[in-house]
Amino acid sequence: MTVFIIRRLMQALLVVFLMSVIVFFGVNVIGDPVHMLVSPDADQADIEATIRRLGLDRPIWEQYLLFVSGAAQGNLGNSFIFGEPALKLILHHMPATLELAFSALFLAVAVGVPLGLYAGLYPDSLLSKGIMAGSILGFSLPTFWVGLMLIMLFAVELGWLPSTGRGDTGHILGIETSLATRDGLSHVLLPAMNLALLKISLAIRLTRAGVREAMGQDYVKYARAKGLSTRRIVFVHVLKNIMIPVVTVMGLEFGSLIGFSVVTESIFAWPGMGKLLIDAILQLDRPVVVAYLMIIVLFFVLINLIVDILYSILDPRVRLRDQGA
Amino acid sequence: MRDVLQVSALRTHFFTHAGVVKAVDGVDFTVRKGEVMGLVGESGSGKSITGFSILGLIDPPGRIVDGSIRFNGAEIANAPEPALQKLRGNRIAMIFQDPMMTLNPVLRIDTQMIEAIQAHESVPRQTAWERSRDALGLVGIPSPEERLRAYPHQLSGGMRQRVAIATAFLNRPDLIIADEPTTALDVTIQAQIIHEAQKLTRQTGTAMIWITHDLAVVAGLADHISVMYAGRIVEQGATDDVIDRPLHPYTVGLLGSVPSANKRGQRLYQIEGMTPNMLAMPKGCAFAPRCRAATPDCQTAPPITEVDGRRLRCHYPQVQGAAP
Amino acid sequence: MSDTIAPETSTPATKVETPFRRFASEFFESRIATVALCLLGLIIVLAVLAPWITPQNPYDLAQVDVMDGRLPPGSEAFAGYTMWLGSDGSGRDLYSAILYGLRISLSVGVASGIIALTIGMAIGLLAAYAGGRTENIIMRVVDLQLSFPAALVALMLVAIMGKGVDKIILALVVAQWAYYARTVRGTALVERNKEYVEAAQCLGLSRLRVVFRHILPNCLAPLIVVGTVQTAHAISLEATLSFLGVGLPQTEPSLGVLIANGFEYMLSGRYWISVFPGLALLLTVVSINLVGDQLRDVLNPRLKK
Repeated sequence: MTVFIIRRLMQALLVVFLMSVIVFFGVNVIGDPVHMLVSPDADQADIEATIRRLGLDRPIWEQYLLFVSGAAQGNLGNSFIFGEPALKLILHHMPATLELAFSALFLAVAVGVPLGLYAGLYPDSLLSKGIMAGSILGFSLPTFWVGLMLIMLFAVELGWLPSTGRGDTGHILGIETSLATRDGLSHVLLPAMNLALLKISLAIRLTRAGVREAMGQDYVKYARAKGLSTRRIVFVHVLKNIMIPVVTVMGLEFGSLIGFSVVTESIFAWPGMGKLLIDAILQLDRPVVVAYLMIIVLFFVLINLIVDILYSILDPRVRLRDQGA
Repeated sequence: MRDVLQVSALRTHFFTHAGVVKAVDGVDFTVRKGEVMGLVGESGSGKSITGFSILGLIDPPGRIVDGSIRFNGAEIANAPEPALQKLRGNRIAMIFQDPMMTLNPVLRIDTQMIEAIQAHESVPRQTAWERSRDALGLVGIPSPEERLRAYPHQLSGGMRQRVAIATAFLNRPDLIIADEPTTALDVTIQAQIIHEAQKLTRQTGTAMIWITHDLAVVAGLADHISVMYAGRIVEQGATDDVIDRPLHPYTVGLLGSVPSANKRGQRLYQIEGMTPNMLAMPKGCAFAPRCRAATPDCQTAPPITEVDGRRLRCHYPQVQGAAP
Repeated sequence: MSDTIAPETSTPATKVETPFRRFASEFFESRIATVALCLLGLIIVLAVLAPWITPQNPYDLAQVDVMDGRLPPGSEAFAGYTMWLGSDGSGRDLYSAILYGLRISLSVGVASGIIALTIGMAIGLLAAYAGGRTENIIMRVVDLQLSFPAALVALMLVAIMGKGVDKIILALVVAQWAYYARTVRGTALVERNKEYVEAAQCLGLSRLRVVFRHILPNCLAPLIVVGTVQTAHAISLEATLSFLGVGLPQTEPSLGVLIANGFEYMLSGRYWISVFPGLALLLTVVSINLVGDQLRDVLNPRLKK
């Protein structure tokens, strides 16, 4: 077991290293930020001073070594635009993104599981067919397009909900969050709904498939033969069986929510790290782009590592050996 | 003795895309208080469907199309769901075939037993727990308190089936339907389970329908035997009569195919052919295509005849149980 | 007793049922899929014929009049024709712009799909052919890449490479090849364990021959299914990136670019500039997905046989 974890850890480190090479060289070989940063009427001396200040005059491998040694100390370089450490900028924007992603995850489970449950219990009803058609749409519709429609409907036409920004923030357990105020909540709702859409569809499908499988199992028929009410069978016997896979999968999707938040944040002007990334790309703010990508890579590698280890612990063969006893 | 259950002319059909499957097609029998009725037949003969029909657990596309099921005198065929729900697990309990599949894998034993009590009686959890513990003790489970805390996968197959039997007896039902409860178990465990079940029915006066494909199992357990073939009961009678003097060629075949000590050295009998396709039943006697005694008369449905308290569906009863 | 069994052996063969005909009849069993296929056909025809069926080439500056800007649907253009879908901020007829945009969106999606399919298939077959260590390494890389969402991979690549048609196609190919590779290798794994492959090997056929004559044909059905769904995904991904401003440049106005251009007008109630290109995108993606879904249903049972 320990050997397995150490091996996976080494692999994860290798991936992070490879990605750092790809990201750094990729970003630095293409695009030239100097022209973006120096005013058009600057003379050659100004330009050279800027280049020196940013360390762009050194050979690329030296820049990389500097970057790696800096990264090891938590220093991913300074933003060209803001002049602040890139890592600090990203960490500063991270809470807003996490808040959005968590809200979306919550919505996905809170909306998707009940709908999936209904569709699984009454597969032939009209409403179920509507739910399933909706989930197909949810998979097909591009996130940004749904975001636009949400803004058009709820913000422009109906004027019910605000479409940009985070609104007022308050404090819950010492964390500054929009979820603490009414205004903040109203700001979170549309972007969270937008981000959640894909995951709602996923939750519907997972739950429905799980329910349909469980309803055909002997233990459900046995529960009915015991004279249990439908409510108890569905909410205790069936739900408990399907929640384990559903929650596992939804948890795994958290990483992809962080990734997709780039789109949602851009549309709703949500001040998270996704919007920061897009702004940085458009302004050729390379240190911020590199720092974001490295953080995301780290994030995903970490999630995958945890999942791998968890799966090895929950290896079905181990459980099977238990059952045979 | 009082009749607990009277089933007459029961028909349960399944309306599939391919056609109507007449899984149960005219079944009659009676079970009296404290009596064990063996319902014997090959897989696909409709014996399990008969059991589920009594409990009202037939799901679409299947449904009871005709006949009556009287339980303690009241008609329950196609009764409304709430009424059936009150009976299930309370007055009529069921034990399923595979104990690996019937207990919910993610719920503890105590949860699954207590809910069976609380579904029908409003008793405190503690009382229900104590009754569950005592019930486990009755079926010979050592240290029941510990087992109650276990999850199903922590128990062996035999142990789980004992849990299922204990659960069935929890509410002192009038009738227990046991659907091949020992088929999935080892032979030694099988004997113990049969012994426990028999003991409990004697003690409590609970009637029982024991569904099985194995005549040997019910020979020592049941008071009466009904032999089913292709959705119909072909022979019915007291256990000793049926075993000693089978009249229907199918029963004769079934008995002949059971290995036993006094037939050592003989070739085991084999019923030729296969169970009929439920979608394309032969006309007349369903067994005729496989029957050695069949004549062109068998193209018409044989009438039900009653001889010495035995009921039979055959044109050519085998006299004196001569081995074919 | 064997005379009791009389199986029917003769069934009248009135019409020859070719695999394709059976496939088609099964496909058209679903009304939704049939509608989707027709719609998709219509969309492709419109896109291909765009220069001949639009009143205006929206990117020929000589034909665009700024005076026509932001006209609502149904308005009359300066040049005299009716703008059924209205016009955008710089006076382009939206109907024309959408058809030209469809051309770009479809080309990018299909091109990246075909390239990714070819590369993924080659790599998947290589893994299946080589086996052992090579297969292990290839599949490690595939698994690693699939652990990142395709959208994120594409976003990272454009973040590194910048805008442009070639770069977007490259990003989409990199984001998607792994799905094809996994599909091919997965099918190969199943096929490799079947008797006929063993039989072929026993006959002394070369491994190369087994891969190309036996494994590859069996991969085609799942590849077609994955290909349709991935192409829809590619189109929608390109639109997303373009909408974010990191995809195609303004000189290559795909549907995503058109939607992005209309976004600023949306808050002032001029919905049509974003909505109509969006609807075109939607119909395209959804119809491809529906066709893909039906293809999967029709092709899958045959895989099991």
